[in-house]
Amino acid sequence: MTTQSHLTYVLRLADTALILGQRNSEWCGHGPALEEDIALANVSLDLIGQARMLYGHAAKLEHALTGVAKSEDDYAYWRDEMAFLNYTMVELPHHASLSGTAAANRDYAVTIVRNFLYAALMAEIWPALETSTDTELAGIAAKASKETRYHFAHSRDWLVRLGDGTEESHRRTQAALDQLMPYTNEFFAGDAVDDEMAAEGIAPALAPIKEAWQRVVALAAEEATLTLPAAGARLTTGKRGLHSEHMGFLLAEMQSLARQHPGASW
Amino acid sequence: MTTSMPAVLERARAALDAVPDPEIPVVSIAELGILRDVTLADDGVVEVVITPTYSGCPAMSQIAEDIDAALDAAQIQPHRIRTVLSPAWSTDWIDEAARAKLRAYGIAPPSGACAARETPIHLTRRTVETVPCPRCGSTHTAVLAQFGSTACKALYRCLDCKEPFDYFKPY
Repeated sequence: MTTQSHLTYVLRLADTALILGQRNSEWCGHGPALEEDIALANVSLDLIGQARMLYGHAAKLEHALTGVAKSEDDYAYWRDEMAFLNYTMVELPHHASLSGTAAANRDYAVTIVRNFLYAALMAEIWPALETSTDTELAGIAAKASKETRYHFAHSRDWLVRLGDGTEESHRRTQAALDQLMPYTNEFFAGDAVDDEMAAEGIAPALAPIKEAWQRVVALAAEEATLTLPAAGARLTTGKRGLHSEHMGFLLAEMQSLARQHPGASW
Repeated sequence: MTTSMPAVLERARAALDAVPDPEIPVVSIAELGILRDVTLADDGVVEVVITPTYSGCPAMSQIAEDIDAALDAAQIQPHRIRTVLSPAWSTDWIDEAARAKLRAYGIAPPSGACAARETPIHLTRRTVETVPCPRCGSTHTAVLAQFGSTACKALYRCLDCKEPFDYFKPY
């Protein structure tokens, strides 16, 4: 039997992939080097592709639950901010703490650290989902696992290059890690949805995922000569639909065209 | 009636064997393993089963259009395309003949074992694979970028013949 928790869980995965894909695509045409420009566009394509498959699955779950037929586009373009259930971390701009948010102020260290923290998480979660009792989710996970390995390798490689690089790259990468680490609390703060999914064998339990993630992150930080800050007590609430002030601007950019021309095709 | 059914499928298969990959036209979608099956569904419709490569591969919609066009041209009606996710597509499905075609086209084919199991998450700095140059065969090559001109390729260069080349990443 389909439950609301099941739909919520799939939408959290989908929204997080979509919003990070949208964020990373901001580098398209503006990357710090041609190869990185292409890399970030490729990573974004993978993430948006994962989101599309997950929205397709969510649509089936929602139809079974409510009888309402929805499409990928309905989820991406026609929901308002509070209906999005992504982790807060992925909606933040590519900017250092306390800097302005003009495009010229984007900091690649923030991009790399965020992609690393997220890829390290999904490199644990996707393989675990390959044995989900939800067989369609398992099928999506089998594809996403492979892509995430490449995303992880890319971001980890750059984390080490920047951390163990120049004085300036080290300073900025350390600042990005200090800035983003508190947002990772949301990855592991389980709620009723997470508990229910783990009990039904749809999703893995979070405690072993957290342990594995911490080990991988600590080893990478050490190799990058970075100091791993404590995550602290702050807990963001994106996966419950309560977002940072940056989310509305991201959605405005992503959704405005579809909303100006409803149902348009080309 | 029943005798004509396999003939329809045979014609469909022949038409689909000629559909090239839109990004790498020297190999067909059948050779790449994107085309999984051609069957006659219970409702009498010819059903083409395909599987996506990368989740976000922008060529998938083009491939679906090309399949439609090939079947229309061969007057195979009615037909439809069904996408399956499991088992997940792997570069292990690219056979030796197709690998030789890729090499001749200047793309280093993927190493034999797919990325899912052979590229584990490295706890220390990644060791880079040895990829032979598709032009001169030298293994004296270096990675330029792990993400290349399409989602499925990385960019390498040969340190002997000095030419850059694409590497079809194991996946």
